[in-house]
Formats: sequence, structure tokens, C-alpha cells
Amino acid sequence: MTRTARRFLAILLAVVTVAAGSALAQVELRMTWYDDGSESQVMRDLLDRFEAANPDVTVVMDVVPYSSGILQSLPLQLASGQGPDMARVTDLGGLSEFFIDLRPHVDDEAYWDVNFGPFLDWMRPAGSEAIPGFMTQLTVTGPYVNATLFEQAGIEVPGPDTTWPEWAQITRDVAEATGTPYAMAMDRTGHRLAGPAISMGAELFDEDGYPAIDDEGFRRMAELMVEWHADGTMIPDVWIGSAGSYVAGNEQFVNAQVVFYMSGSWQIGQFAQLIGDAFDWQAVSNPCGPAACTGMPGGAALVGIADTDHPEEVARVLDFLAQEEQLAEFYGRTLFIPGHLGLAESGVEFDAELQATRDALSTFAAEVPNLHPTAYQLQGYPFNRVVFDAIRDRLTQVFVGELSLDQAIERMQSDIDEQIAETQ
Amino acid sequence: MNGASRTKLNELPGKIAFGAVAAVMTVLGWAIEPIQRLIGVRRMAWVFLLPNLAIFGVFILFPMAMNFYYAFTGGTQLYPQNRPFVGTQNFEQIYTCTNYLEPSSCREDLFWRAVFNSGTFVAFHVVGLVFFALVTALVLNAKIRFRGFFRSVYFYPVLLSPVVVALVWKWILQRNGLLNGILDAFGREPILFLLNSEWAMFWVIVVTIWANMGFHTLILLAGLQSIPAELYEAAQIDGSGPVLSFRHITLPLLMPNVIVVLVLALIRAVQMFDLVYVLTGGGPGSATLLMVQYIYEVGFASQIQRFGLAASASVTLGVVLLIATLLQLRLSRGSESHLA
Repeated sequence: MTRTARRFLAILLAVVTVAAGSALAQVELRMTWYDDGSESQVMRDLLDRFEAANPDVTVVMDVVPYSSGILQSLPLQLASGQGPDMARVTDLGGLSEFFIDLRPHVDDEAYWDVNFGPFLDWMRPAGSEAIPGFMTQLTVTGPYVNATLFEQAGIEVPGPDTTWPEWAQITRDVAEATGTPYAMAMDRTGHRLAGPAISMGAELFDEDGYPAIDDEGFRRMAELMVEWHADGTMIPDVWIGSAGSYVAGNEQFVNAQVVFYMSGSWQIGQFAQLIGDAFDWQAVSNPCGPAACTGMPGGAALVGIADTDHPEEVARVLDFLAQEEQLAEFYGRTLFIPGHLGLAESGVEFDAELQATRDALSTFAAEVPNLHPTAYQLQGYPFNRVVFDAIRDRLTQVFVGELSLDQAIERMQSDIDEQIAETQ
Repeated sequence: MNGASRTKLNELPGKIAFGAVAAVMTVLGWAIEPIQRLIGVRRMAWVFLLPNLAIFGVFILFPMAMNFYYAFTGGTQLYPQNRPFVGTQNFEQIYTCTNYLEPSSCREDLFWRAVFNSGTFVAFHVVGLVFFALVTALVLNAKIRFRGFFRSVYFYPVLLSPVVVALVWKWILQRNGLLNGILDAFGREPILFLLNSEWAMFWVIVVTIWANMGFHTLILLAGLQSIPAELYEAAQIDGSGPVLSFRHITLPLLMPNVIVVLVLALIRAVQMFDLVYVLTGGGPGSATLLMVQYIYEVGFASQIQRFGLAASASVTLGVVLLIATLLQLRLSRGSESHLA
């Protein structure tokens, strides 16, 4: 072997050794994520910054659809121990048994307790002191209206104390005056209907804290929904046009097919982007009923998964992302209501050019004090999705004539009872 | 390069391939010969079947056995060792009805709605599919212009993913879709095709026939092409018209293919899920909810996943498919003995 060949082989060996060594030291973490708008881009920017400061860790984001990826597949992955290292979830209580406890791995536990304290209870089993993750957003449900249509119809946008039946009548008038196909739309989920039902007097729980659907308040709201679908007030494509899954009505609102859209604060960023100045839109206060004028609280959290092989690295990533500097940027760019008490107090500088966006954020922030205690109770209930899904699917059967309202309410309760009984 | 060298060069790849095969066979021989000496030539068939049997066992028989076991367990845990045995409780839940013809009277009403929907779907889908596939095969077997082009066109939907087919048809059928655009152009009111229970089931049947027809047409076309032309010529000389020829020559000789198509269509229809799930989601309400979607939703889509209930519904579906398969075997044998 010549001297040159020996040198070449030595260099090659050194390169291979270094490459293999760095490959062995490199930890790859997977994060399952979903988008309401385009917040995965903001998260990616933050992760790039983390990776630059921590070259031994890379984070791969798997952006999945909310309904099939987060609600349906993720629970199965977690139950089978095949889940990601981190995930953005909304079923905080229901999946809490699979979340990691970051407490032994973070340097400053007090920072987490002080800034995320009340929300940590939503994502850990009762009695636990675990730190599973942090809120990527707090949400409040509430309606949006197409203000341009109101202006064209020569009708004032109603004020905060307007009731649900009054809103229905006013938006019907606007739709009729402007030739808009439908007056109202509501996301196809029991979560969105729960706020209006509580406003109408629904209690939703018995004295033992067990879900109980059948009461006057719930019936009143359910009857209104049936009536609105029958008389063409509510666009049928959202609730009737689908089955067995969550469907948003944002597409219909963005395309000016409806005057009024019951959704929530997470739509602000998307509307700012998609509607732009095509028409004037605004968020309005939740309509009232005899009992309240409430929406539903909610939110999404980025949590670590207990089955991860790299708890230290997961804790490093989440601890980095949870710091005020990162979260201020995240909330500011995504236009999400902060789930960090320090930032909520000091305020976030939202990256919003449109006045409508800033106004909508203020409107939803102002809704928080109006949220009814039952709304918080339902949001904190670990099997709330069972309640929401039963309401959604059985009520749709009433809209299409498969069940009477009495039968549907009876079925809602039996669906809930049978599913919860499985967990005992 | 002279001719002899070129010939040697041309033969080289063949020689390499032959050498490789010979080497593999020699190595296999080293492993197999001792086994053959040990168990005898007659039992060697089992050795050759073993790899396939192992794959079949792991991916078909084992999951079937697990599904059967899960049907008798309860709770929400995923792994079988953590699931309590509940006997026939899941089957009782499914089969408790005061009137089996009225789904609302059943404890698990959505299962029975899915059963009735599946029955309606299977009946119309299978009859429609076989009829249109037969007509199309007859037309494509005739001497028409652009026959090759039409054969490709009718087969093309089979190559598409069911999700793509469903999305394309959704764009056609939705409120602002192509079909309503055409109705609008003629001054007609739009029809909410996917929001009305009867229309939704109608379109589910039409779209699934459209998507699957090409494959079945191909089977029937192959059957038609295997019928000797002399039979038709003899019938023509005897004064038989096209209808009589079809009835007395085509149909009897095509019957084995028709039975294959019938049974394949039946099994596929009972298992239908993906296309309908994307097209209607099982709605409106539960108007197009089929059995496999019911199983999926109970087992996987709910917050509390009832694997036991889903497994018991799967066992029921499995029994239906078993009956369909036995029917196929019986019909095939009947048809073969009739032809003999």
C-alpha cells in the first residue's frame, strides 16, 4: 500500500468515526402537532432556535389533521406505547395518564407553577402534582359576524345582551336583505353547543358531578337548533352534511355564505389571513339566555409523553419553549390568547395589522369573566368528549328525522352512561 | 471486436444469472437435503408451505383469534392481558332489541341502522355493479371503433385511490359543485345531494359502482373472449338472433365469471368503508353509516374506545362474509357441474 493510500484510509477512518460518534450522540425527538392556522411555522422557528443552541437534539414535527390525527389516532398510539415524544393536544384530562412529569427534569419548578399553575390541573390526573407541559393557547368560544352584510342590510350589529332567539331573527333579516344563503353556522361539535345550552339554563351535571343531559335549559337550546335547521336559519352543510366527526364552519364564513358564525378565539389568525379586507368581520359577545351569556373555555397544550426514551431532552425542549421570551413570540405571532399568567398580566404584543384582529382579541379576552361555572366544570371533566360527541351525533339524527328530540336526549344519556361504564 | 467475442459478451449476463441461481440452489440444497432425509419426501410439501403458512398465521389467523377473544372482553385497556372477561355481554348489547325491524328499539341502535344500510347498499350495489359491468363488457367485446381507448377509460377509476374518487365526486355533488352548476345553468334550483338521506344513499351506490366497475368488467370481458366464435357462427346459421345467442350461449358460458364477479362484489360491498367515509362520513345523520364504519367509530374514533363492542360487531361481520364465501364455493361448484 502506498503512502498516499495509507493517508487516504486514515482520513476516511477518522471521518467515519467522527460521523458515527456524532450520529450516536444526536437525539431525534418527534412532536405531533396540528394547525388551527399556520402556527406550525412559528413553532418550527422556535425549534430551529432551540436546535441551534442544542446541537445534540433535533425535533421533527409531524403536522397531522386535528380530527383524524389528534382526536382519533394519537390516543391509540399512546395506549399502545407507540406515541411521539411530545404532542399538542386538546383532550387534556382524558389523555393525562399518558403525559410525562417534567418536574424532576426542569431547573425552575416554581416558574412553571407560578405561570401555568391553574392550567396544569387540566392536564394531570386528580391529586397529581405533575408538570406535563404548557398551554399553547387558551380559547374561548364565541361568535363572529360579517359586519359588511349588516352594513349592506342597514341593520345595526346587536349589543352584548342580545339573546339567542333575537340573534337568529336579526341575522335572518340580514341574510334576507342581502341575499346571503344562510343566517347562521356553528361548528359541528357539542363543545360549541355547550355554551349556548348553559346560557339557556342547562346544568349538564347532577349533584354528584355526573353528566346529566335532560333538563329544561338543554331542551330549550336543542329545540332552537332543530328549529333553525328546519327553517333554513342554520346552514345544513356543517351539522347535517357530516357524520361522526368534528366539522368547522369557517369555510362558509370566509366565503360569506353566512352572516353569523359560532366558533371561537382560535379562528382569529386564520380569518385575518384568509378574509383580509375582503369584508369587515368582527367577534361579538356570546348571545344570552335566561341563565347566562357564556361561551366555553378551552385550549390546547404541548405536553411531553411519558413513554419517551428521552425524558431529559423532552424536558429541555419544553422548558426552552415555555420561557416567557419564546411564548411571547409564539402567542404574538399566532394571535392566540396566552396560557401563561405572566404574559397574560403583562400583555402580549400581537402581530396584528388589521384593526378587526385586535378588536376580536379584545372581545374574546372580555368574554373570560362571563364564563359560567358549569362551562369550567364541563371543560375540566375528563370524559367531556363523550358528552360532546353524544350531543353532536344524536342531535344531528333529530335534524334529519331519524329520532325525535325526546328519543335523542334519551340516547345521549345512554351513550354517555354506557361509555363511562366501560371505564369503571 | 469479432463475431465470436461479441457472442461471448452477449452470453455473459445469462451465464452470471445461471451461476447465481445455481449457487443459491446449492446452498438451499445443503439446508433442505438433511431435512428431507429426516422427514421423508412426502412431508416435504409442509416445509415449502411453511413460510406462507407462517405469514398467513401471523397476519390473518392470529388477528382473527385476537378479535374473537376481544369480543368477550370489556373495559378500555388496549392490551388483552389488561382486559376483563365479560362473557357474551358485548353480543347481548348488540342483539338486544324489542323489534329487530326497528333500529330505534334496539339498545345499540346505530349497529342496526348500519346493518340495514349495509343491506340496502349491498343489494343495490351488487346488482347494479354486475349489470353495468356485464353491459360494458358486452359493448367492449363488440367490434367498435376506439375499443382499446374505451377499455382503458372504463378501467381507469380502478387505478384511483378510493379517497381521490370520493373527493372528486364530493366536488361534483356538493352544494356549489359541478352538478348543481349544470342545474343552475338550466335555471333549476340546486339539489342538496349529500344532505338528503335518500339522495346520499343513491349517490353512494352510484359512485361505488363507478369506482369498481372497471375491474369486474375486465373479468367478464376475459370470459367473453374465451367463448369460441364458432358457437355464434353455428347459431347464426341455425337462425338464432343476438338475444337468443346471448341467452343460450353467452350467459351459460359466462356464468362462472359472473359468479366470481357477483361474490367479489358482494364481499367488497360488505367491507365497504373508505370511499363512503370520505364522501358522506356516514351521514346525513346515519343514513349511509355502513357496518365497517360503525366498527371503526366504536373502536377507534370515540374518546372511550370500546374495543370489545367493536370486536363483537366484527365477529358478526365475519360470519356474514363467511356465509358469502361458502355461497360462492357452492355456486361455483354448481356452475362447474352444470357446464360439465
